[in-house]
This record gives sequence, C-alpha cells and structure tokens, in this order.
Amino acid sequence: MSDHTHSDSHDNVAHHVRRYLYVFAALIVGTVFTVWASYIHFPSREINIAVALVIASCKAFLVAGFFMHLVSEKKMIYGILGFTAFFFVGLMALTLWSYGDFPPFTVTH
Amino acid sequence: MQTAHAIPHTGVHEEHHEDAGFWRTYIFSTDHKVIGIQYGVTSLAFLLLGFCLMLMMRWQIAHPSERVPLVGGLLEKVLGASQGKMDPQLYNSFGAMHGTIMVFLAIVPLAFAAFGNYVVPLMIGAPDMAFPRVNMASYQSYVIGGVIMLVSFFIPGGAAQAGWTSYSPLATSIATNGQTFWLIGMVFLITSSLLGAVNFIATIIQLRAPGMTWMRMPFFVWSQFVTAFLLLLAFPPLEAAGIMQLMDKVAHTSFFLPTGLAVSTLQNISGGGSPLLWQHLFWFLGHPEVYVLILPAMGIVAEVIANNTRKPIWGYKSLVYSAMTIGFLSFIVWAHHMYMTGMGIRIATFFQTTTMIISIPSVIILTCMFLSLWGGSIRFNTPMLFVMAFLPMFGIGGLTGLPLGFNFSDLHLHDTYYVIAHFHYVVAPGTIFALFAGIYYWYPKMTGRMMSEFWGQVHFWLSLICMNLIFQPMFAQGMAGMIRRMSDGGANYTAAHNSQLGMDVIGGLSPTLMHLHVWILYAAVCLGLAQIPFIINFFWSIKHGKPAGSDNPWHATTLEWQTPTPPPHGNFAKPPVVYRGPYEYSVPGHATDFTPQNQPDNA
Amino acid sequence: MEIPYTTEIRKDTGLYNAKVGIWLFLASEVMLFGALFSSYILLRVGAPEGYWPHGWLTVWLGTLNTLVLITSSITTVMAWASLKMKNFGSFKLYHAITLCCAVCFLCIKSYEYHDKFIHNEVTLKDGRIADGHLVKKTADGIVLEGHFVTDRKELFNLATPFLGHPKHEEIEIKNSEIATMSNYGPAHHTYNAIYFTLTGLHALHVIGGAVVIFYLWAFGAKMWKEDPERFTNRVEISGLFWHFVDLVWIFLFPVLYLL
Repeated sequence: MSDHTHSDSHDNVAHHVRRYLYVFAALIVGTVFTVWASYIHFPSREINIAVALVIASCKAFLVAGFFMHLVSEKKMIYGILGFTAFFFVGLMALTLWSYGDFPPFTVTH
Repeated sequence: MQTAHAIPHTGVHEEHHEDAGFWRTYIFSTDHKVIGIQYGVTSLAFLLLGFCLMLMMRWQIAHPSERVPLVGGLLEKVLGASQGKMDPQLYNSFGAMHGTIMVFLAIVPLAFAAFGNYVVPLMIGAPDMAFPRVNMASYQSYVIGGVIMLVSFFIPGGAAQAGWTSYSPLATSIATNGQTFWLIGMVFLITSSLLGAVNFIATIIQLRAPGMTWMRMPFFVWSQFVTAFLLLLAFPPLEAAGIMQLMDKVAHTSFFLPTGLAVSTLQNISGGGSPLLWQHLFWFLGHPEVYVLILPAMGIVAEVIANNTRKPIWGYKSLVYSAMTIGFLSFIVWAHHMYMTGMGIRIATFFQTTTMIISIPSVIILTCMFLSLWGGSIRFNTPMLFVMAFLPMFGIGGLTGLPLGFNFSDLHLHDTYYVIAHFHYVVAPGTIFALFAGIYYWYPKMTGRMMSEFWGQVHFWLSLICMNLIFQPMFAQGMAGMIRRMSDGGANYTAAHNSQLGMDVIGGLSPTLMHLHVWILYAAVCLGLAQIPFIINFFWSIKHGKPAGSDNPWHATTLEWQTPTPPPHGNFAKPPVVYRGPYEYSVPGHATDFTPQNQPDNA
Repeated sequence: MEIPYTTEIRKDTGLYNAKVGIWLFLASEVMLFGALFSSYILLRVGAPEGYWPHGWLTVWLGTLNTLVLITSSITTVMAWASLKMKNFGSFKLYHAITLCCAVCFLCIKSYEYHDKFIHNEVTLKDGRIADGHLVKKTADGIVLEGHFVTDRKELFNLATPFLGHPKHEEIEIKNSEIATMSNYGPAHHTYNAIYFTLTGLHALHVIGGAVVIFYLWAFGAKMWKEDPERFTNRVEISGLFWHFVDLVWIFLFPVLYLL
C-alpha cells in the first residue's frame, strides 16, 4: 500500500499476499458457482438474473476491495466513486423508468 | 511570450532549462500556460468560423434561395452549392456544424480548457497541472477532432446534417459520410475533455499551495472544479452512444433503429433498436454540458466583480455550495429536453421537479453577484462592463428557460425559435461576454500589456446592442410558433402562403414576423463588424498595447497576479504560502485597498 | 519549482497525484460501460416476447476467458507486491504471466468472433430457415453444418449445454434456393450488436492495458534503478486499470453468456 512508510516490512506485504491468494481462490469458486447456477431452472428467469448479479457483485467487491485496495483507500477516492455510483444508478434507473411510464390511454401491445 | 519578460524584475531565480527550441516551446509544449494559449487561439478561431456559418444561414433565412453575397462563389466552387445558393442540405449541415463547433470546439475549450489551463494552476499556487504530458495530449486530441470536423465539410455529401443533437434514425439514415466523420470527431473531442477533466480535478485536489484551503480558493477555481466533474462523468455516456451510432452507420447495427423503419423503402436492418435510447444518452451529457458552458463564465464574473468593486464577493459560501449543487443536480434533469417524446406523467413530474429545483442555485449565484455590486467602488473598465452586462443578459436567458422547464408550456414552445433565443441568451450575451471579460482582464498577465480601453468599450457596446437585436425578436417568433431548423425561414408556413393554397390563414406566420428575419440579419452582420475592433485590438496590443506597468495592474488579490509577467516555467520560484481568503479588498485599517493572498501578515 | 506529490504523499488527502488521476479516469470508465450496460438492459426489455436470444454464445469458452482474466488479476497485484518487496525479478515473472493471459484472452475472443462471422442464418425461398456454420462454398451453393427450422422463433431460446452444441449434420443449399443470408455479426440482431460493442470495447481496453504493462515490463529496469518508488507507483496505476478491465468482464460474462 502506498500510504505506508517507504520500507514495508516483509511480513506486512507477505500478509497481504496471503490475502490475495484467498481472494483468487474465492474468485475461481465464484466463477464456477455462477456457471453452475445458470443451468439451474428456477421458477422464473428473474431469479437466475438476480443470482448471477449477486455473485458477480461479490466477485467485483473482492477485486475492487482487495486487488484494487479499495477497502483501505482514502476518503477522497470514496467520495469520487460515491458520486460516480450515484450517477450511474441514476442513468440506469431513470432511463428504465421512462421506458415503463406512459401517458394515460397509451396502447402497448 | 514564453521567455520574453515584458516587466523587468529582479531577484527571481529561474530553474536552468536548456533552450528547448521552437517546437518544444510553442507546439509540443507541456507548460500549462502555453497549452492554455494554444486552446485559446484555436477556440477563438473556431468561434469565428461558427459565427460565419451562422451568418450564411441567417442570409438564407432572410432571403431564401438567393445567392449568398460575398461568399457565394466560394460556396459554389468548394462546397458544390449550385449558383452560390444554399440548398436545404447545405443549410442543414451548416446548422448542425454551427452548433457542434460553437459548443464543442469553441465555448467549452475556451471557457474550460483555455482559461482553466492558464489561470487555475497560477491561482492555486501550483507550478503546473498535475499531468503536463496528459495536458498536451488533451490539446492534440482536440485539434485532431477539430480537423476531422473541418474536413467533413469537403467530403462528398458534405458535413453532418442532423443537427448538433444528431438524433437517430435521421442521423443514421442520411446516406453520406458526414455523420461518420462527426462521430469520429466527437470521439476525439470527448477524449480531449476527459483527459482535461482528470487533470483539472487532480490538480485542484493535490497541488494547492500551503495555506490554500478549499474555502480560500477563488470562486473561479471552484467553478472549474465542478465543471471538470461534469465533463468527467457526463461525457462517457455520449461516447458510448457515439460508438453505438457509429456501429449503426458502419456495421449496420440497429441500436437506435426501430423495427419496421422505412426511409422511402423498408430498411434491411435487424431492427429492435430504440431512437429514444439515443436521446437519453445524448441528453445525459447534453444537460450537464450547458452547465459546463456557464459555470466557468460565472467564475470569471466573480473574479472581475470582486476586483472592480474593490470589495469581497457577497456570499462566497453560498456561491460555492450553489455551484456544487448545480453540478450534482445537473445529472438528473436531462429529460426536460424530451418532454415531447411521450413520457408518462410520473417521470415527467420527476424531471420537472428537479428542473425547477436546479433553478434555485442558479438564482442564488446570480443574486450573490448582483449583491456584490452594492456599496462597491466600481471601476467601469472593459472587463467590468462585460461582466455587468452578463448579469441581466444571463438573467433573461435563465428566466426564459422556466417556461421550457414545465412540460405544459414546453408543449407550445418546444423546438421553436423561443428555445433558440433562450439558449443563445445564456451562451452568447451570457457566457461569451464573460469570456470576453476574461480576455481583457487576464491579457496583461499573459502579455504585460493592456488592450486598448477605447476599442474595448466600442466592442462592448456594439456587441451588447447587436446581441439583443438579434435574439429578442426570436422570443416573439417562437411564441408565434415558428419552428427551428427551417431552411426557408418558415416561408412555407406563412399566412400569405397558406392563403395562396386556400388554407386557413390563422396559425400562419405573419409578414411582420417574417420580416424580423431581415432585421436579425442586419443585426448579425453588425455584430460581426463589431468583432473586428476586438480582433485587431487583440493582436495589435501584444506588441503595441499600453504597458501594464506592473505585475498586478488591476491591483488584484489572487495568486496569479503575484507572479512575474508572463509567469516563468514553474510559475513560482518556491511554493507560495497563502495566509488569507481570495477577496481581501478594502479591509478597514489597511494601507492599501487590497491584500494579496500570499502576503505575510505584518508582525 | 517541480510538481510536488508525484511520489510523496500529500498529507491532507493521503494520496499521490497519479492515484487521484487513475481513479478519476476509472470513474469515467464506469460511466462509459455503465451507459452500455444500461443500453443492454433497455434493448433486452424492449425486445418482443421470445425474441431475445439465449444460448448463442459458447459458455465454456467464456468461462475459460474469465479464469484467464482472474489469473491475470492476481499476477498483476503480485507483480506490484513484488516491487514493494524490492524483488524486480518476481515482478518480471508475474507480469510476463499477466501479458500471456492478455494474449490468451484476445486469442480466445478472436476465435469467438470468427465463429460468429461464419455462423449464418439462411432464409430459403420455400420459407424454411437454415442455420449453421459455413463449412465451404461451392460453385453453385454453400455447405452449412447446421439444421433447418420452420419458425424463426426456434432459433432464439436455445438450451445450449456447457460445452456447446453437438455437431449438426452438413446440409447443402444451392444459391438459387437462397432468399436472404446473413451471418451472426453485429447487424444480425441487437443482441449481437451489443455483444460485439461491449466485448469489442472491452477488448480495446485489454489491448490498451496490455500495451502499458508491456512497456513497463520491457523498459522498466532503467526507471527501477533511478527512482524505484516512482516505478512502483506506475506499476500500481497500470495494475488498477487492469483490475478495472477484469471488473468489467466479471459483469460482462454472466450478462452476455449466462443470462
């Protein structure tokens, strides 16, 4: 981590290396699990989608949190990413909402 | 300008750099001041070009199907305009390119990149931008994008014709390649803006001098900071949309083309796409973009007002929080450009609400500026004149936006000349006046000489009068129902035409309204003539202007005025230390009526 | 005056300049891919019932690509950690693997793209539809490894097994029988369009990231000697970009391949 003093002790980074390996293993497991779950016939397709996105989000959290060191990043970075997340969600949600909202008496086959 | 010193000064230690040669110093420079000037000159050239396109369009509107005077021959030879007349396709391409050039190639690079690059590092006490080579890359990307846009005029079929908004399916269906060039040019311009935005934000966060806390930054820096965030987060969806439209044109996909699309014949496409999707993605950028156009201008206005009233800006904190609020809200108002697309009640209500809310911080900012004049010892120099005119002009532009923000009134006004008048009022006698003010104001720091005050005032008064003569009538035309983007100026919809066809005259455009086109043309020509003294003044004063006499001829408090003139490479010999806020004017008990930010407190 | 905080950390933010810069850039990339994902959702939701494809991509190839990118992710962070532990040799080894993974990913992607371009849907004059991979072109016709369907809807909801469809028979079609023919390129359906656009843009980012990492890997020894901390930071920055590319794929894979 660049916020530590110049000379990182071997143990410090070594501890992180073990963490990276655990994350690697978790990502592999997550991938296998995602593929396996996609072949399960849930009552509705929406459940498949939800399961896949939840697993993907967990994997993304691991990569972002540990490989990209976000779990121990500075407030400034969290702030930048927070705004980004808000606007990303806004773009997606508002655009989708506008598709589903019609004036009264609109005919939709 | 880089190495010449207009003001002699002693005791300044300059780092020893080898003489970098002409190319590295002026063309491939990484120095933010050189890049700022490069952006400035290039964008002013594009501003002039965009203006000339408009002049030719206004001629066509006022005198439909008549040969364009002066340049008719040029249009005929170079662009294939038969007999020097503007046919509808040429008119449409001029219209699309006028908008594109003015927004993306002139105003944003001038307001954000040119002024921002030159002034912001100086104002925060930094030696340069955080990433100088990225800065150079951003300028070069801008030039490449500009060249591609210019080249598109000369390819068979001409430039893009579907408006600066480039709506599909029209943009995709036009068979010529102008649209493809437009899209590729936009990719370069967006890249340039993104690189610039990253640079600005990182610079302002990381390179503020010791003592320069967030709330001691001049408001201009705050406005550039918010603008950079808008560019950073709002441009990428347009880039995505641009890529998709490019795929539609080149790879024949149907991202924005609906099933069953027929352009004279049924199109051989997969269909399944959505034209509305393009509109959403475009306006997701399009709305923050207009705040990109206005925020740097508001920053310049604040600086010039504080300096020329000799008192602090009223409501600094309100200004800062309003700017941040505008930035934040601007991302969730975009669909007020789409009220006529068949939106439902709930979503329309949402966007109307956010649109009304965003007008509040804009009013707060304008109010703070107005209140700053109260009790001031006002110096009516050219920058101040432009800035004082900005206030009511932007006020008119902003207030006339309110009927457009409600969908029930927008029903009548959407896509009419009213809209043209509204947005030109905010940008033309709004932003551009603030940018002129900035040029006159910071000119002595860049060159060590003042621009001619007399010709500055001539430029100001003529521009102010002509701008109003051009755009005021358009409100009336728009409210009477005159639609935008008509290459015959509405001749097909006149009452006279209707009566000729035996149709109902009521609802046709009256002869008075149509005759306004001619008056607007005269005013536009006068506006163009009014810029000539400015252009001459700008170049002539570099060598022959009145010497500024000191590094700080305006007696300003902000850090850029505490450097040598022009500032050397690295700006400051060592980091300046900031002791106070940016607007310490007329502090009671002080010997002078201003105290620079980096002046140590007297023991 | 030199630009401060290129390696040393600014106290009030706790960051060095390039760290701020890269996260800002990644924020803009989130919006870029976010807009494309939003478009995907819109196009899919807007498609008529039964006409959004399932099973058009080979899952085992996508899974392999996912594993390849995950591997490159860990080697990227290990390369940076090696430099933090002053081990240049390990850095070279780990990033060599990263670059191999990048090349591997692009090769697999190219194969998948090629597969789409030789996969054709042929509407015959008698109303039948033939769908399959082009084996060869003859003087008066084409040979497809595929099958016939009567209703186009049958081509959409495919229950493709993990290892892909078993091979179909070869069918011969004369040119004179063909009414229309198109391959599964971007123009075929909005699904293909968004697939090619999303994965194409992602692949461009893979190439870009790989080029930067290659530059640091091949020519880094000099800067490592002169300014090891600055070099380590550069490796960290390029690593952050690479991880972002992996992040995008983590969402791309299930969205395009599995759902």
